[in-house]
Amino acid sequence: MHRIVRKIELASGTTLFEVEAPDVARKARPGQFVIVRIDDAGERIPLTIADYDGGKGTVTLVALSIGKTTTMLSRLEEGDSILDLAGPLGNPAEMIENGTVVCIGGGLGIAPIYPIARELKAKGNKVISIIGARTASLLFWEEKMRAVSDELHIVTDDGTAGRKGFAVHPLMDLINAGVKLDRVMIIGSAIMMKVTAEATRPHGVKTIVSLNPIMVDGTGMCGSCRVTVGGKVKFACVDGPEFDGHQVDFDELMARLRMYMDQEKLALEKYTHQIEGVPACLSSHPQK
Amino acid sequence: MPKLPSAKIDRRRRMPMKEQAPSERTKNFAEVALGYTGEEAMKEAQRCLQCDAPMCKEGCPVGIDIPKFVHETAEGRFDEALKTLKDTNNLPAICGRVCPQESQCEKKCILGMKWNPLAIGRLERFIADRDEAITSVDITTNGRKVAVVGSGPAGLTAAADLARMGYSVTIFEALHKPGGVLVYGIPEFRLPKAIVEKEVEYVKGLGVEIRLNSIIGKTITIDEIFAQGYEAVFVGSGAGLPTFMHIPGENLNGVYSANEFLTRVNLMKAFLFPEYDTPLKRGKSVAVVGGGNVAMDAARTAKRLGAEHVYLIYRRGEEEMPARREELEHAKEEGIEFKLLMNPTKIIGDDKRNVKAIECVCMELGPPDESGRRSPVCKEGSETTLDVDTVIIAIGTSPNPLIVKTTPGLKTGKHGVLEVEPYTFKTSREGVFAGGDIVSGAATVISAMGQAKEAARAIDEYIQNKDN
Repeated sequence: MHRIVRKIELASGTTLFEVEAPDVARKARPGQFVIVRIDDAGERIPLTIADYDGGKGTVTLVALSIGKTTTMLSRLEEGDSILDLAGPLGNPAEMIENGTVVCIGGGLGIAPIYPIARELKAKGNKVISIIGARTASLLFWEEKMRAVSDELHIVTDDGTAGRKGFAVHPLMDLINAGVKLDRVMIIGSAIMMKVTAEATRPHGVKTIVSLNPIMVDGTGMCGSCRVTVGGKVKFACVDGPEFDGHQVDFDELMARLRMYMDQEKLALEKYTHQIEGVPACLSSHPQK
Repeated sequence: MPKLPSAKIDRRRRMPMKEQAPSERTKNFAEVALGYTGEEAMKEAQRCLQCDAPMCKEGCPVGIDIPKFVHETAEGRFDEALKTLKDTNNLPAICGRVCPQESQCEKKCILGMKWNPLAIGRLERFIADRDEAITSVDITTNGRKVAVVGSGPAGLTAAADLARMGYSVTIFEALHKPGGVLVYGIPEFRLPKAIVEKEVEYVKGLGVEIRLNSIIGKTITIDEIFAQGYEAVFVGSGAGLPTFMHIPGENLNGVYSANEFLTRVNLMKAFLFPEYDTPLKRGKSVAVVGGGNVAMDAARTAKRLGAEHVYLIYRRGEEEMPARREELEHAKEEGIEFKLLMNPTKIIGDDKRNVKAIECVCMELGPPDESGRRSPVCKEGSETTLDVDTVIIAIGTSPNPLIVKTTPGLKTGKHGVLEVEPYTFKTSREGVFAGGDIVSGAATVISAMGQAKEAARAIDEYIQNKDN
């Protein structure tokens, strides 16, 4: 059991949990993730590590309530426990030294890009960060990101905070202004990573993306998280989650992410009715 | 104590075991074979000839004293029979169910020369299932620590044997439940998970600690385990890396590795969705590719999830199938449609990237290869297409490379298996032993247990000699 020692609502539907997990905290590196299971009937979901404190024995996870499991998670309070937490999984983010790096965090991706930006900064890089969200109420950690960045750009789709537009816009301005970039690191939605990687491709800027496919075990035994990279099948949980964004088949990734959409909707509906005390309406139930 | 049955013993035929009818059992996940009653077990046990030089015992990879436990069973001394079983086998309720007895103990049974061999597996299962007689074991602890990696059949066996020798044993398990393939791979209808839990509780009762969610190479490395004062490590991490076919369309929605499909159903209980949170695509027409036990398990599971058609596509003929005959017969009875001498070449998807068909070519058998099996050869222009919405690939697994990648000095052989010395199961790394599928590649539960027993003995010897 892993006790929640701190819970903070960072933005609308976005919750931070600092969780006791001494073994994981001791080994965690930026870019890695954990698999959590809340209770005995629960599913296993991957969450990227947003921070860790080996001394205190805690890891920080940030989750956005989008389905049943993340909604259940958001309702846990300080002192409550998560049943299973396995990790740290995946490869740590590949680091470079004394270069210029653009770190892009989109929505929930702001959380896991933070420790990567912090480490890149500590390794003597010039760190230019771009954080973005659909709207202002979904943004968080502007000050934290500013503290580890030489430059910080904020964008929202609707212009309610920072510049109106997408992360790709300030990135293109940098490229067009002739700033020499050694690397771009992106964590965000699949479509955002696709669009941004497409934009850097003609300029030959190495672009690393952190992929978010569906996972079950997270240790390489099932292939649920398989992605095509450079024409080869890779398991994101053990070969990634970071890959060269110019080699990833994003259309395939996005299709695979939609695989259980109907069931995910059903599970959330049933849970919402349950917590609101309304009898479950199963009219949209697929064949059992 | 039950009375001896008075009926005359018929040595020719084995006592049949009750089973759920095929029409009934394809609608549930309950166990197919229902087990013997006390009277049936005694009658069957009385068929045993109590040979002076019992061959059956030689056929058992863990060396159970079969004539002894059978004799005790025949006389209705079930508690004593359980004690005899547990002297050598820590997991009899599992072995009685999943061992391929026809190629082990029962193959060597002298009755089988003329008639049906003694139903040793069924008797073992009957005795092990009796709750009332949990045997307690006196253990004198020696205060020395041994670590076991993986809680599958090999790990549980090594841990239990070492605990009984007096070692303080910790098992490190990557998943959230112990049992390895016994919990994520073999379905409920062949091996109820409650049985596995009971056997695991027995191993814990011997003083073995199981640390779940501990991934060797990630959460902790083998070097760190040694640094914590463990004197030896047994690696029984299995062969859990799925093999794909590398044909077009393999990443379409609806294509599963058998490992993923079975893990979702068995470990995560996706067959109970939405009471359990893990989803699964329930196909109407399912193609399972492969001819081993895993393929049978996947096909029979798909049927129970409501598939109208389940095709089993295998590139050789029925004779060449590596699956147990019993599983094959069960699959046939349950309406699995066998597509033999066929090999998939392509999986076809619709505009939403969902599976809609699988294209195969027909095969014919050529001359035997080095392993003695006739190798299939493609027949030109024989393409045929099956309309399916789900494809499950069950063509084999190999060891997960995670441990080897993070442990310096471990030598590997073909397909990533760990190289070990014969008999001692010593790896190339001092103090590290290994057994089960990580050494032999995907094999059987019982062979993993047999290797683990040998390795446990070798670990004991290694630690005893270290002091001299």
